[in-house]
Amino acid sequence: MSLWTLRGLRSGQATTDWPQKADGDHGQHGTLGMPRITAEHCGDECRRCAQTCPTQAIALDTRGHLAELDYGRCIACQLCVEACPSGTLQSSEAWAFGVRERADLEWSLEPRPLASQQLAAHIEKSFRGSLHIRHVDAGSCNGCESELQALNNPFYNLHRLGVFFTASPRAADLLLVTGSVTAAMQEPLLATWQAMPEPRRVLACGTCAVSGGVCGGTYASGNGLHGILPVDIWLPGCPPNPAAIIEALLLLLERKPQRVHGGRPHER
Amino acid sequence: MSMSPRVEYIQVAPDALQERLAQLLDSGGRMQMAYAWLPRPALAEVRYLAAPGAGQPLQVWECRAEHAHLPSLALRAPLLGWYEREMQDLYGLTFDGHPEPYPLVVDGAARGIALMPIEGPPRPSLRAPLVLPEVRDPQVQLLSFGPVRADVMESAQFLFFYLGEAVMHYQPRLFFKHRGIETRFEGGDPLAGCVLAERVSGVGSVAHGLAYCQAVEDAADCVVPLRARQLRVLLAELERLYNHLHYFGALADATTLKVGQAEGRLLEEKIKQLAGRLSGQRFMRNVLMPGGLRRDIAVPADLPDTLSRLRNEVESYLLQLERTTSYLDRLITTGVLTREVAFDQGATGPVERASGLDRDMRRDHPYAAYTDLPVAVPLAEEGDAYARARVRAAEVRVSFDLIELLLPQLQSGEVRGACIPKPASCGLGWAESPRGSLYYAVHIDAYGRLARVKIKSPSFSNWRAFPFTVHQSNMMDYAINEASFGLAIAGCDR
Ligand code: SF4
Ligand code: SF4
Repeated sequence: MSLWTLRGLRSGQATTDWPQKADGDHGQHGTLGMPRITAEHCGDECRRCAQTCPTQAIALDTRGHLAELDYGRCIACQLCVEACPSGTLQSSEAWAFGVRERADLEWSLEPRPLASQQLAAHIEKSFRGSLHIRHVDAGSCNGCESELQALNNPFYNLHRLGVFFTASPRAADLLLVTGSVTAAMQEPLLATWQAMPEPRRVLACGTCAVSGGVCGGTYASGNGLHGILPVDIWLPGCPPNPAAIIEALLLLLERKPQRVHGGRPHER
Repeated sequence: MSMSPRVEYIQVAPDALQERLAQLLDSGGRMQMAYAWLPRPALAEVRYLAAPGAGQPLQVWECRAEHAHLPSLALRAPLLGWYEREMQDLYGLTFDGHPEPYPLVVDGAARGIALMPIEGPPRPSLRAPLVLPEVRDPQVQLLSFGPVRADVMESAQFLFFYLGEAVMHYQPRLFFKHRGIETRFEGGDPLAGCVLAERVSGVGSVAHGLAYCQAVEDAADCVVPLRARQLRVLLAELERLYNHLHYFGALADATTLKVGQAEGRLLEEKIKQLAGRLSGQRFMRNVLMPGGLRRDIAVPADLPDTLSRLRNEVESYLLQLERTTSYLDRLITTGVLTREVAFDQGATGPVERASGLDRDMRRDHPYAAYTDLPVAVPLAEEGDAYARARVRAAEVRVSFDLIELLLPQLQSGEVRGACIPKPASCGLGWAESPRGSLYYAVHIDAYGRLARVKIKSPSFSNWRAFPFTVHQSNMMDYAINEASFGLAIAGCDR
């Protein structure tokens, strides 16, 4: 046993200094995030991006040009980027897509008026110290769980940010839901939410929980949390990587700003 | 690549099934899976996949289910029990003489053939009702936990009949996560289905994508360029590495080795970050497609060095675990799966190899670039948690060996060839995932679209075998035993 303790000491500090240090190592270098929409013009009657998108995240205008992209449906599969001949859609490393209002994930050519930014007094004082999370898998592929479990590995070491997973819904401030909400999980999901004390927050983690993802609307699967629970943070991604989940949690706690408005990520 | 056929297709009449099965078993063969599909509306055909002895091609037995009835084979081949029940739930078939004929996946009995509605709101009534054994002894208590479990876990319910510390009977209740994902493939373009296959089980993204692609390639009878096949092996072995390291982290956690848990998790993270840098995605999604890869992977010149440093860290970690008595004590003799039960119930992967069954798809039915690589298959005989951990530790070493052999052989060139599945065809693909044998069967319709996709995940097999190690065991050992099986749920439930 003492050998292990010694080993632990010898191997030293493995934890990243991100996000306290903005230029610290967030661990996601080289990974591709949500597709970026550039100012390049679409070819007439192109339609390729919308035809290839497996989750119908893309809508076209009457000329067959890209008109809307709902990042809440996007699984970052890069298929539209590969299909796009004009360079309108390009790969990016943007993954911090957590937002408070679902509409902020919807990009459209004509920007809609921004969802009101209700930044003030979202979070009661009791959340400021630490955050306790109850996770419910409502029908995931387990990719989201794998990244949630990673949060407690020594690299991300979620505890240092005052965020903990808890077994008891009664001790939880936040319900973190993964998966598209299957027929069989709907009831246990709602029961967990009901067992939580108020004020209770909800985070839809992963494109499945935001909109149903690849399985939404089969005979056995719902379309995520929309219309099922009141969601405080929507975080698409398939899966959202651990750094994206940390950003979303800090957004909830108002320790980080929202990076995406109207489907448009701000430059860092 | 046409050598001897990979798969033989044989038509079998319903009344000849029993005899065929007897012949297969007598010659040392084993059933792999069974599924139904609809060659015509309202006519179901059941396909049984059989693996005869070593060195022989796999066999697909095609059997028409006239009047939606077939004889059950579950008494002779118990592992088929769940497949038959799934066909009963989803296709309305009846298997006469089934020992446990109640619903498994969903409560879809008595709905007739092809009543799987693709659209419409979810119906809570879909959940298969709970059927528990009758217990007469009033002292035997029932303990249930789940489907929402402690920490970050996949959803499933576990029921224990216990007396003091002794577990008399154990029943996992799965399929809370049943998403109907197989139907999501239907009607789609076979070339576009890989992103879906990659999302059946996240921690098996590569294995699922690969087995799917190979099934479509089989239906197209196309050639995949060598570089693509080699890079597929690289991705598949990285997937095995991060999964097995996760496994040791979880096993250390179950045996309360905090530092051992943290170190396993950190090593897993390092492989995932490496995978992200190489492929653009931590689970190595969005790279595979039928015909090869969607894009080439630039292998950095320092990859061998990076891997050899990682290998040293992993080696030191595994050695330390193997020297930790408190850890070994908890594993030795825990959760014994006998060779016979492993065979009969269909255990697969490291689990069956730890019970002495010498099978590995990479060696026995090679695919991708495993055709040109010597795959060592570590075995153990005891079938306990320690044997399962030893087999996985040895497999970690084999994965590093394979990558080290592969990298200097990497060819340059194309990574994608033409792949056009023939109309009205079918294909079978497989992979040895980190958890065992994974199969995809695809059926292509007259217009070249997907008509049916069947997924046989390794966890579907291992969940069937696992309870046999829990009955008549000790409550205290349960968590360690479960961790030692390394089970996932999403692929099983689909
Ligand atoms: S990257 Fe997103 S928008 Fe593009 S095809 Fe994939 S899911 Fe659709
Ligand atoms: S969002 Fe993606 S990773 Fe998460 S559960 Fe859904 S399919 Fe899996």
